[in-house]
Amino acid sequence: MNPFSFLTPNTPEEVLTLLQQHGEDAKLMAGGTALVIMMKQRLVLPDVLISLDRVRGLDYVEESDGVLRLGGLVTHRAAELAPLIRTHTPVLAETYHHVATIRIRNMATVAGSLAHADPNQDPPISLLALDARVTIASANGERDVALEDFFTDYYETVLEPEELITEVCVPLPQPHTHSVYVKFLPRSADDYATVGVAATVRVNPSTGACEDCRIAMGCVGVTPLRARQAEDLVRGQQRTDELLREAGAAAQEATDPLSDTRGSASYKRSMAGVFVRRALDQAWSQALGSLR
Amino acid sequence: MKRTIHLRVNGQERTVEVPVQRLLVDCLRYDLGLTGTKEGCSVGVCGACTVLMNGKITSACLVLAAAADGKDLMTIEGLAHESQLHPIQQAFIDYGGFQCGICTPGMIMAAKALLDDNPTPTEDDIKDWMMGNLCRCTGYYKIIESIQAAAMHMQGKETA
Repeated sequence: MNPFSFLTPNTPEEVLTLLQQHGEDAKLMAGGTALVIMMKQRLVLPDVLISLDRVRGLDYVEESDGVLRLGGLVTHRAAELAPLIRTHTPVLAETYHHVATIRIRNMATVAGSLAHADPNQDPPISLLALDARVTIASANGERDVALEDFFTDYYETVLEPEELITEVCVPLPQPHTHSVYVKFLPRSADDYATVGVAATVRVNPSTGACEDCRIAMGCVGVTPLRARQAEDLVRGQQRTDELLREAGAAAQEATDPLSDTRGSASYKRSMAGVFVRRALDQAWSQALGSLR
Repeated sequence: MKRTIHLRVNGQERTVEVPVQRLLVDCLRYDLGLTGTKEGCSVGVCGACTVLMNGKITSACLVLAAAADGKDLMTIEGLAHESQLHPIQQAFIDYGGFQCGICTPGMIMAAKALLDDNPTPTEDDIKDWMMGNLCRCTGYYKIIESIQAAAMHMQGKETA
């Protein structure tokens, strides 16, 4: 690892001032679980490392105006255990539980994982299916970006060098909605997935038809992806096995995976279809089950 | 570039001057001489370098020593009370919870954090919590038995 200036601001405002001063020379470090590895591998060589460890006031989980708000420095472990998250969006708590091991979850943060933008991570998939937004701050003000527009490429996002993610916002699910996250893990339980799929289905309580759905897939492209064609097929329809199969096939078309040790590109594409079908099936069945 | 950091390690205040890029695992082993903490994979997967930082298990290979400034750390050296082994250490001996021993300090620190969090874990709780600590010798069953026995002992119950 190269030497660097190590800065330890105490407030979000101090962070933003430092980012304004150091710009592209600086890297932010929250939990550091991803960044330290990249620094060891010399993939990232910052001149200035700004530690967020002492920053206070960004580790809240709140609910207001129908929105669940997670401060950027909430750890994965805290998100996994937070009663508000478990109550309103249990799928999100489960997703954070599925990340790596408890040691990593004790350190890794909600915003850090998004800024890292590895398309093999679990949380962005469920957050996409839950229609999450991120609040991004700089010394010049704040902006609000849909997570869908946040990731631009492998490890790339819309974040500018002087920006900090301060909050992740998740709208509370409407009634008769159910969400699931399914993770295909052929190797070990702490691994990245071969394919991860999150699906959210809202059903019409009198007909059981799908009124709305969102499907997100990870590990099958350079960013997490929405399976829009599959969503369009399903919206307004009654649940049939044939429809679920068609949705899986349509979702495959949206993928563009890379071959790696977790599977070849063609295998991941096939599995994306299988797991979209399963995720939709589970979310839909559970949404219907909650009507009874 | 150097930095002076203050750590509380196994209850003792320690002040160390470290290069900014020093990892906590190296600081513990080479600057403080606490070689009980092992380094295995160096990427936070194997669990050999597990220590408690402010009471929570952490991979010391993924933490910069500079980022641990001001923290309370517990390593395997901090468990025994003078010559009296901690019940988890004793159980690993009594139940054959190790063979080569390289994973053992990490296993025991992870088990300590588990029993601090949940004094009466089920077998599934143990498997879920200990998932991130790899052992290539024991086949894990004896580790699970050791932790179960330690939990019983710490509850004041007799073990078989």
